[in-house]
Amino acid sequence: MSIGSTPLKFRVRIDPALCMNCGRCIDNCSYGVFRRDGDDIRINSRNCVACHRCIAFCPRDAIEIEEQPGDYRSHPVWTRRIREAVFNQARTGKIISGGMGNALPYPIIFDRLVLDACQVTNPSIDPLREPMELRTYIGKKPSSLSLDERPDGTVELRTKLAPNLQIETPIMIGHMSYGAISLNAQMAMAKAVTSIGTFMGTGEGGLHEALYPYQNHMIVQVASGRFGVDINYLERGAAIEIKIGQGAKPGIGGHLPGEKVCADVACTRMIPEGSDAISPAPHHDIYSIEDLKQLVRSLKEATEWKKPVFVKIAAVHNSAAIAAGIARSGADAVVVDGFRGGTGSAPVAFRDHVGIPVEAAIASVDAKLRSQGIRNEVSVIASGGIRQSTDVAKIICLGADAVYIGTSALVAMGCRVCGTCNRGQCAWGIATQKPELTSRLDPETNAVQVANLIHGWTLELAELMGAAGINSIESLRGNRDRLRGYMLDENLLDVLDVKTVGA
Amino acid sequence: MKPVRIDAKDLHYTPLNQKIRAAVKDGAKEIVIDNVLGQRFIADGLRGDDVTITVNGIPGGDLAMFMSGPTVVVHGNADHAPGNTMDKGKVIIHGSAGDAVSYSMRGGRVYVRDNIGYRGGIHMKQYLEKRPILVVGGGARAFLGEYMAGGMIIVLGLNGALPISEQGTGSGIHGGEIFVRGPVDPKYLGGGTRQEPVTAEQKAIIRPIIEDFAKSFGIDPAPLVASEYTRIAAISARPFASKYTLE
Repeated sequence: MSIGSTPLKFRVRIDPALCMNCGRCIDNCSYGVFRRDGDDIRINSRNCVACHRCIAFCPRDAIEIEEQPGDYRSHPVWTRRIREAVFNQARTGKIISGGMGNALPYPIIFDRLVLDACQVTNPSIDPLREPMELRTYIGKKPSSLSLDERPDGTVELRTKLAPNLQIETPIMIGHMSYGAISLNAQMAMAKAVTSIGTFMGTGEGGLHEALYPYQNHMIVQVASGRFGVDINYLERGAAIEIKIGQGAKPGIGGHLPGEKVCADVACTRMIPEGSDAISPAPHHDIYSIEDLKQLVRSLKEATEWKKPVFVKIAAVHNSAAIAAGIARSGADAVVVDGFRGGTGSAPVAFRDHVGIPVEAAIASVDAKLRSQGIRNEVSVIASGGIRQSTDVAKIICLGADAVYIGTSALVAMGCRVCGTCNRGQCAWGIATQKPELTSRLDPETNAVQVANLIHGWTLELAELMGAAGINSIESLRGNRDRLRGYMLDENLLDVLDVKTVGA
Repeated sequence: MKPVRIDAKDLHYTPLNQKIRAAVKDGAKEIVIDNVLGQRFIADGLRGDDVTITVNGIPGGDLAMFMSGPTVVVHGNADHAPGNTMDKGKVIIHGSAGDAVSYSMRGGRVYVRDNIGYRGGIHMKQYLEKRPILVVGGGARAFLGEYMAGGMIIVLGLNGALPISEQGTGSGIHGGEIFVRGPVDPKYLGGGTRQEPVTAEQKAIIRPIIEDFAKSFGIDPAPLVASEYTRIAAISARPFASKYTLE
């Protein structure tokens, strides 16, 4: 190899004046940065991924991590990232894979949208003194009701209602499979959503029996690999989600590498231990929108029409037309996963370059469904890049019924967004199956943290609504008049159907 | 208990399945459905290890999908994906079947007397004692056993059918095995596969399966058992292990 070493990504230093030589950094680093040499702690900065586990557990704040200490000659085109990708592929001749979500600095539409508040007329509402309705129902709503009047003047509903999920806040946790993340991480989130009264997805990894007590708050996923899918699994879930695509890697399937298929993951997925778990790009019984309808109905038929069925697609150029097809397939909700959605592992070319932002996708899906008079046929769930309560408020204004969060729930459990989920070495015990690492994540305390996050966002959402004079989430949904675009171009304002600031 | 007869004439699949479920709940062990004409999802998600359902007519797609236990005997052809994600039980088709037969099947057996369409046995898988088996009497079209992760496919090439005569057999296979009666032209094999003659031990494993298949259709097993077979399997259980480099 003629390329030689590239500059360090991070430099790790221990301040000798502060260090008490306790060795916690050595114990905690799962990437092999620290080692003991007699009385000294030696550092190999090249192994560092900046997961901050050492910093978090250093009792003396003695550790410093500096990003990109020695840089390349700066160049606007041939950036460090580009040059290192070339080196990597020149060495290996392979596809570059990475973890987490989109790592390119595309402008974030959420940050160019501002919310409204009442002044003088139409007074704002204080959520402390007035009830705020955040409860949301996910599923089909009838386009009309037919009623029978009884002789005593009361009425009886004749319309047969489709099953809906009742969520106490429009915030759910999206699908992260057992395999991609640890069982302890899933357990923590399952406890959190159960305490809050919301739901989480299983991902395509089956439902581990340890999660059975929380099954009434779990949405079971059916993806192209059909891992862990049998009739018991379908019946346990509160709802069933067909995964067509994922925002982090639209158009391709998933490969859980054999290293992560330990005995317990193998059991839950029902595949041999150590085998790659391969989800093909398409479902091979779905080659058309008619076939999708057949899969939706097969799941409903298997569970005797008692469960809502969701369909998740990646946000791509023609999401709106696809969503309209899904709404007509008999599905109860469509999940639109934007290009900032996270992943345990994806080819970087896909993670960073394929798909569109969730803000634009949701706005166009909502508009398309309304224009065709079928918005009531499906709930719309926004996913991928929801970072804070204001993102939730803004995406609901753009037409979503609810959101899935993913990365933010992991951050609530300690994740530092180091982006090396694909390496299976997660020092926080989240994206790994190594028992010595997963045991670091206590489901009880982490459940409280995840629940705290959702609770905090829910309080903020109520405050934002109150300030806008709105006391029901129903009145916020699709309410684009409560948004203004700040420095967005005219075309994008058109797509979002939002006016500019000042207008 | 007497066999329960259900007339499926002009009956939608949901009320048909409701009748089947009700019969099973009432303790029926034999259910005969007459005049089946394109109803999908028959026995979808149905449980009942000792229940036999006879389908007289042509069932629609996804017959016995997610089924866990019963035996379904079809007197006629089947549409696409019979045995889709099936867990346990048996499907015996006295005729041919469409595409994606036994897609993602995880247990039980599917026997098709005649031919099957594209992508038969795609992504079948196995776990411990759960080893799904698909036996095809005639021939299979392209991409048989694609992405196969476990289980077994046997193709017999009866009645003059070429067992394998199209491309992509076993492409992406990373578990399980495909047995074909007679030789297979390597040009029909997909990437990541290897083929080899069947050993005496392997023959001993497939023999009772072939005999059971023959018995189901009243075929003489002797010439089938006496034939030479080719085994197609994965080169690696980790076909994607060397595809990626870390960011």
